[in-house]
Amino acid sequence: MSERLTKSAARNIFYGGTLFFLAIFIALVAQSHAYILSTSSNNDRLTDAVVRGKHIWEKNSCINCHTIMGEGAYFAPEVGNVWVRYGGKTDPEGAREGLKGWFAAQPTGIEGRRQMPQFNLTEQEANDLIDFLKWTSEVNTQNWPPTPAG
Amino acid sequence: MSYQSQRVALYYFAGALTLFLVQVAVGVLGGTVYVMPNLLSDLLPFNIIRMIHTNALIVWLLMGFMGATYYLLPEETETELHSPKLAIAQFWIFFIAALVTVLGYVLRIHEGREFLEQPLLIKVGIVIVALMFLYNCTMTLLKGRKTAVANVLMLGLWFVAIFFLFAFYNPGNLSLDKMYWWWVVHLWVEGVWELIMAAILAYLMIKLTGVDREVVEKWLYVIVGLSLFTGILGTGHHYYWIGTPGYWRWIGSVFSTLEVIPFFAMVIFTFYMIWKGGRKHPNKAALLWSLGTAVIAFLGAGVWGFLHTLAPVNYYTHGTQVTAAHGHLAFYGAYVMLNIAMMTYALPNLLRRDVYNQALNMWGFWITTAGMCFMTFTLTFAGVVQTHLQRVMGMNYMEVQDQISLFFWYRLGSGVAVLIGVILIVYSLAVPGSRLAKIANGETQPAE
Repeated sequence: MSERLTKSAARNIFYGGTLFFLAIFIALVAQSHAYILSTSSNNDRLTDAVVRGKHIWEKNSCINCHTIMGEGAYFAPEVGNVWVRYGGKTDPEGAREGLKGWFAAQPTGIEGRRQMPQFNLTEQEANDLIDFLKWTSEVNTQNWPPTPAG
Repeated sequence: MSYQSQRVALYYFAGALTLFLVQVAVGVLGGTVYVMPNLLSDLLPFNIIRMIHTNALIVWLLMGFMGATYYLLPEETETELHSPKLAIAQFWIFFIAALVTVLGYVLRIHEGREFLEQPLLIKVGIVIVALMFLYNCTMTLLKGRKTAVANVLMLGLWFVAIFFLFAFYNPGNLSLDKMYWWWVVHLWVEGVWELIMAAILAYLMIKLTGVDREVVEKWLYVIVGLSLFTGILGTGHHYYWIGTPGYWRWIGSVFSTLEVIPFFAMVIFTFYMIWKGGRKHPNKAALLWSLGTAVIAFLGAGVWGFLHTLAPVNYYTHGTQVTAAHGHLAFYGAYVMLNIAMMTYALPNLLRRDVYNQALNMWGFWITTAGMCFMTFTLTFAGVVQTHLQRVMGMNYMEVQDQISLFFWYRLGSGVAVLIGVILIVYSLAVPGSRLAKIANGETQPAE
C-alpha cells in the first residue's frame, strides 16, 4: 500500500467517512419512514384487527416456513400476495372462506408433501390473520412479486 | 498465552463449539425434512427446526467473538482483564440462557420475527449479558494500551449491542417493522460484524506472519472503512420490495455491489501479509483457516451476494433458494471460518499443548469447506430453476418445489459431509493432547 497513506490518515478517513455515510442513511430512512406512513402502506387502513393478525402471524412463527414480501424461510409459499392468489381482489368473501378452509384442513398428512401444522385458530384469530394478509397484499411493493405465484 | 485472565476464553470457545454441533446437527435434520416432509411434522415442525438452526448459529458466533475478544484483549492492551470472574459469570448466564431458549423453542415458546424469536425476557437477558461483556472489555481497554485492533474490535462490539436495541421495536405496520428489522440483521452481518472480523483477522496476521503492526493496522482501517462506506447504504438492497421508496433500487444496487470490495481487500490483505511476513509459524492450521475465511467470505458474501443484489435481478430471485445459497456460504466463510481460525490459533496456547493435531484439523477444514461449497452450488442451481419456473413462467410454488427436489437430496448429502467435517474440527480442537495438557498445566512456565 502507498507509503503516503499513514495509519492515522487511514483512521481519520474511516471515522469521518463512516459518520458521513451513516448520516445519509439515517436521513433517507427517516424520509422512507414518512413515505411508508403517508404513501405506500395504506396506514389509515391499519386497523386493530390487522395488528392483531400480525401478532398471530408472529406467535405461530409462520415466517420460519413461509416468506412474506420475499423474506423468511423458503420452505413454503410466499404469503405477501396470498390474498391476491386466492382471488381476494374480485371475491373477498370467497378468498376469506378459502383461506379459513385451508387453515382448518392442516396438516393434510399427504405422504411426500410438506406439512403445515394445525394452529387451532379461533374464528376471530383466523379473521384477524386474513385481515393482516389482505392489508399486506395492498402495500405498494414496486410491483413485486413478478407473478401471482409469489 | 501471556496473561492469566486470557483463560476465560476457554469457557466461551467450549460453549461456542457445543452450540456449533447443535446448529449443524439440527441443520441436517432440516435438510432431511426437505426430502422426507412427513418426518417429525407433528412433534417438531420445520419452523421450529429452522429457528433452532439459525438462532444457535448466531449465538455461537457471538459467543466465539466474545471468547476471541477475551483472548486477544489482554495481549493487545498489555494488561489483565478488568474482571475474569465477571467474564465467567457472564458466560454461564449466556450459555444457560441459550439452552433454555432452545428448550423453549421446542415447547413452542417463542416470538415470531425471523432471527429475533427470543422471548422478551431473553432479549432483556441478552442486553444484560452484552453490558457485562462491554463493561469488562471497555474497562480493560481504558487501563491498557490502545491499539487499532483493540479499538476497531471494541467499536464493532459496541455497535452490535446498540443495533440489537432495534429488536425491541416492533411496529404494527409490517413495512416499518421490516425497515428497522434490517437495522439489526443487515447492519450486524454486513456492517459491524465485519469490523469484528477484520480486527480478529488483523490480530491473527500480526501473530502468525510477524508483519509489522503499523502495516497491518493501516490495512485494517482501510478494510473497515470500505466495509462501512459500502455496507451502511448497502442496506438499501433489502429495501427494494417492502414498501419503501423506489430510489432504494438505485442506492441498494450501487452500494451493495461495492460491498464486494472490502471482502476482496481481505483476500489481498491475508495473502500479501503471509507472503510479506515469510515467517514459518508452526500453527499451519490457523494459517489455513485465516486464508480460508478471507477467500470463502469473498466468494460467499462477495460473489454470491453480488449474483442477486442488482434490483432488476433481485426482482426475480428475491426469496428463492438463491438467497438460501448465498446465506449459507456467506455465514460459513465470513464468520464460522473466522471463529474456527481464532480457536485453532488460541486453543493450543490456552491448553498449553503443541500444535501437533494439525492433520485432523485440516481434514476438517477441507471436508467442511467442500461440503459447504457443494451445498451452495446445489442450492444455486435449485434457485435458478425455481426463479425461472416460478418468477418467469408463473408456475405454482409447490409444483416448482417438486421440480427441484433432486437438488434437495444433493443438499442433504453435502450437509452430512459438513456434519462429519465439523465433528472432526471440534474433536481436533478439544480432545487430542488433553492428557498432555493436564501434565503441562502443573508447570508454572507459560508456553507461547
